[in-house]
Amino acid sequence: MERTMKLPKRVASMPLRFHGGIVALVVLLVFNALFTPNFLQLQTLFVNISQVATIAIVAMGMTLVIATGGIDLSVGAVMALAGALAPLIFLSDLGAANPALGVALAIILPLLVAGLCGVFNGVMVAVLNVQPIIATLILFISGRGIAQVLTNGNLQTFSNPSFSYLGTGKILGLPFQGWLALVIACVLFWVITRTTWGRYLLAIGGNERAAFLSGGPVRRVKIGAYVICAVLSGFAGLIVVAINSASDAARNGNLMELDAIAAAVVGGALLQGGRAPIFGAILGAVIIQLVKYTLLANGVEDEVALIAKAAIIILAVWMQQLRRT
Amino acid sequence: MLNETAFDLRKYLRRNSASVTVWVALGALILFGLMRYDNFGSAYNFSSFLNYNAMFIAIALGMCFVIMTGGIDLSVGSVAAFTSVVAAYLSPHGIQVALPGAILAGVGFGAINAFCIILLRIPPFIATLATMLAAKGGALVISGAQTISVDWGSNFTKLGMGQAFGLFPWAIVIVAGLALVLWLVLEKTTIGRTVLAIGGSEDASNLMGLKVNRAKAFVYLLSGGCAGLAGLILASGFGAGQPLEGIGWELSAIASVVVGGTLLTGGMGSIPATVAGALLLGLVFNVLNFENGQGTISFSAYWQMVIRGGFLFAVILLQSRVIAKQQKVIGS
Amino acid sequence: MNALVSMSGIEKSFAGVPALSQASLEIEPGEVHALIGQNGAGKSTMIKVLTGVYRRDGGSVVIGRRESDISSPRDAQEAGIATIYQELNLVPLRSVTENIIMGYEPKRLGLFVDWREGNRRALEVLARFGIDIDVTEPLGNFSTAIQQLVAIARAVSLDAKLVIMDEPTSSLDASEVEVLFGVVRELRNQGVSVLYVSHFLDELFQICDRVTTMRDGRTVSTRNVSETKKLEMIADMLGRNTDEIAAEGMTDFAGAKAKRGDILLRSENVSTGPRLTHFDLTLHRGEIVGLGGLLGSGRTEAARALFGVDALEDGVIELDGHPGQPSGPGEAIRKRIGFLPEDRKAEGIIPDMSVRENMTLALLPKLAKRGQIDFEREREIVDAFISDLGIKTAHMDQPIRELSGGNQQKVLLARWLATEPDILILDEPTRGVDVGAKREIQSFIRSYVDKGFGVVLISSEFEELVEGADRIVVMHEGRSVTELANPGITENILVGALAHHDAGADTWNAQ
Repeated sequence: MERTMKLPKRVASMPLRFHGGIVALVVLLVFNALFTPNFLQLQTLFVNISQVATIAIVAMGMTLVIATGGIDLSVGAVMALAGALAPLIFLSDLGAANPALGVALAIILPLLVAGLCGVFNGVMVAVLNVQPIIATLILFISGRGIAQVLTNGNLQTFSNPSFSYLGTGKILGLPFQGWLALVIACVLFWVITRTTWGRYLLAIGGNERAAFLSGGPVRRVKIGAYVICAVLSGFAGLIVVAINSASDAARNGNLMELDAIAAAVVGGALLQGGRAPIFGAILGAVIIQLVKYTLLANGVEDEVALIAKAAIIILAVWMQQLRRT
Repeated sequence: MLNETAFDLRKYLRRNSASVTVWVALGALILFGLMRYDNFGSAYNFSSFLNYNAMFIAIALGMCFVIMTGGIDLSVGSVAAFTSVVAAYLSPHGIQVALPGAILAGVGFGAINAFCIILLRIPPFIATLATMLAAKGGALVISGAQTISVDWGSNFTKLGMGQAFGLFPWAIVIVAGLALVLWLVLEKTTIGRTVLAIGGSEDASNLMGLKVNRAKAFVYLLSGGCAGLAGLILASGFGAGQPLEGIGWELSAIASVVVGGTLLTGGMGSIPATVAGALLLGLVFNVLNFENGQGTISFSAYWQMVIRGGFLFAVILLQSRVIAKQQKVIGS
Repeated sequence: MNALVSMSGIEKSFAGVPALSQASLEIEPGEVHALIGQNGAGKSTMIKVLTGVYRRDGGSVVIGRRESDISSPRDAQEAGIATIYQELNLVPLRSVTENIIMGYEPKRLGLFVDWREGNRRALEVLARFGIDIDVTEPLGNFSTAIQQLVAIARAVSLDAKLVIMDEPTSSLDASEVEVLFGVVRELRNQGVSVLYVSHFLDELFQICDRVTTMRDGRTVSTRNVSETKKLEMIADMLGRNTDEIAAEGMTDFAGAKAKRGDILLRSENVSTGPRLTHFDLTLHRGEIVGLGGLLGSGRTEAARALFGVDALEDGVIELDGHPGQPSGPGEAIRKRIGFLPEDRKAEGIIPDMSVRENMTLALLPKLAKRGQIDFEREREIVDAFISDLGIKTAHMDQPIRELSGGNQQKVLLARWLATEPDILILDEPTRGVDVGAKREIQSFIRSYVDKGFGVVLISSEFEELVEGADRIVVMHEGRSVTELANPGITENILVGALAHHDAGADTWNAQ
């Protein structure tokens, strides 16, 4: 009963920006179908899904943090850190002796470390009351530094099919990480709409003092949001490493914070907090990925693409501010 | 404070405890270095230290103004990288062309920031994060992702490598002049006081009829210009425009500003203390380099980022306690 | 007969909701003109139209003889209108001098601020009000009263012809109010007009020449204060006639029915900081205990201490005979305490959330089964409260920001009633709601107490306290100074109890 009653209402009140996102998506698809060679091929879909998954996974975590009224600039650095740890673990003596255990640890330990980064961010923000930008700026810079220190700045290449499944495996012919992103989205959607934690998350973003005075566990929920965001970033970092069969601490997740923020905002997250459109984040990620792909496939240089991305972010936030006032 | 008729030391210490602390820390670290390392006090170390840190001080000065309004500028590192390329291209025409050229390029990025923040009302960190991206892309585009060698024949490298009076590098002389001017601007002019008022309370500043937008535009233009100057010094000091430099510079700048007692939330700040903060952070690296040289620690270049982060973390821990205390006094 | 300011036919709406319609106001040179009305009557909007913060939709504003083209606070200042807002429009981190001269600094060489001259001017203008302080100190280091006078000093130093004061005495104690009145009279003597907005009607008789009353965005009347009775002003504000009010009383608290039961709560010698230094209270089942006192007397701080928001520095809180302060709101709720905060916007509603989500926020832990929300029960509970309290909402999923103030307040009241607290602390429960909703809320409170629960009621409206509370704990400067018991309390007795302690704080131990 709840589902049937709520969904239509939710869609009806779904703000314009969501529809705007869909319009943008359609425009991009049509443009590519007309002008980009070989766009309408299964291979293209495959490539795009395998790349959009990492953005989407991080963007979902970012959406949770933005819902509390915060921001997490450290996602890219956490990706690099998690990605640097994984090969270190399964290439170690222990990992070489027990391949199964090695791969399991190579996934679990980096995610744990990523979670610790999230705890760090969360405690800075929720307990020490440091502004989120500054708090997460610390790991934004030094997280990648730690990853580089660990690997001495070297590119770590490896050949480990079981670990690489994270980035190259297929289920029903589509990339494993695409499915993973979908599962995460469904779980998070359920958490946000159905659990007290989700309700508190939105309440804190909507009015933190009111949520606190109503008995909301403000600190716990905020720290939780940063931890989830960091763990998801760690996951994304592992996937990138698995795709490349190599870990490059300098490049893994570089500028991901911008992609993730842009995807979340395009997807309808309000920077002031109080809203967590999980599927919107996926839509936003798809749009960002398509823009990248469109520029790349049509011979625009990478560097120019950066500038285009900057413009998209400004545009998305600007349109959001316009509606707000 | 400049507006004291009779100097009251105790009052001064009470009001400026953060700046006093940073000066004391700076002095202590210098003393430590002098006692522990033979060449620490050498003229060479002295001038190369100042030379290397001049660009960080320049960026910190601009950042200080931005933070005093309660804003933030994350684009400074990329902008400096961009302007270092611009400066390298302009170097054959000499410093008299490269200097204004690089600064103008920086001011241009500042103008984009100001436009997005004031007119489009985009939160400063988003706007400047986007500019960071754009400047990075722009630097790579105009340089073709190569370092651009400067013209060694012109007087361009004199700025970054030459010395005034045989002791002070030109770069630090220029930055010191800039610091002096900005100090005057902050303490003695309407726009400086407006900057502080905005950080204290933007609503109140508006209701008082202050020219809020003008002051906000000023700080972002200034920060861009300072980044431009830093890029110029970078190109001139290292003989090349470096499109990939500047990573983490915003962090250093923010750390320098905050350690000097400037509130991250704005409304309070000091130019001399910001300079001291930048020198302190630079000196930490200098001391670590000496330790490295003595073989007591092994210190790869990648540690720099980690240390910058750790430094900022320590400073914020200290400041969050100070802020909590202040809020208790003023009342929440 | 040449008015200094003449506003007529003013129209202003926000998002289609009219805030002012056909409102008017006329201020003569050198008069102290009061502007009164209930919350939401349109006083603040009127002021903001006059000072250029809002752009009017219609009507005319004439200043002097010219149609005004003020479109920003800066324009207003230059036209000689200075405003002292309720939330002070000053910068606490900056020095007193800066706050006075900001934007009009004396210069040397046309560029550099002359601090010596600035400090001298600041000292001089403050001296006119009999204040001598270190003007180089940050403003935030001084009391609210001083800050207020600094705001006025700023206005005077800008050669204002009209000074607008919005609730200037709400955070001042009696002696500070006297100083302020002296300043107002001084301004009048110098030919400066004052527009004086206040809820404290008694003040008007002391310093105001004329009074304009507003209701529902319209101007109802303009009277000479000397020829007006307080009851007439109240009647204008409420839109009722004077006989009705005299007969019925102002509030809708029916007399107590329930018998006083066991002790629910005891606080002894409680202190949480400089704003609450000594607070004693005993609350029994079935009674309403009021906290009386001026703003800043420590009422809200006392509520925050009981609810576990501010940690105790000293003293004991006992709940049901067990000592121990709740560690925070979460634990307070588990210990069956509810707290309706004073500032609905900042601490109460979550604007973008629905009525349903707002109402069940405090109940959430009880609605959850292993972290999942029981939606069916949630809807039942919300449905029940919407009909019980008569909340006017399209449906329970309507965002709360779309509701009127009174209905928002009812939702928040329901938020706490739903948790069935033994102790309900209500901080200004009827502030900013219309008369009808106010009476309803008051009767809900009484019927809740009649079920055997206890209520701590904080209110700035003396009528509400006198008629609503079974006992009143009078607070002054962070201390509970005396206690009055109903029946028998009148407004005069309450005011007397407050005033008695204004003279000197030697009587707080006389209880």
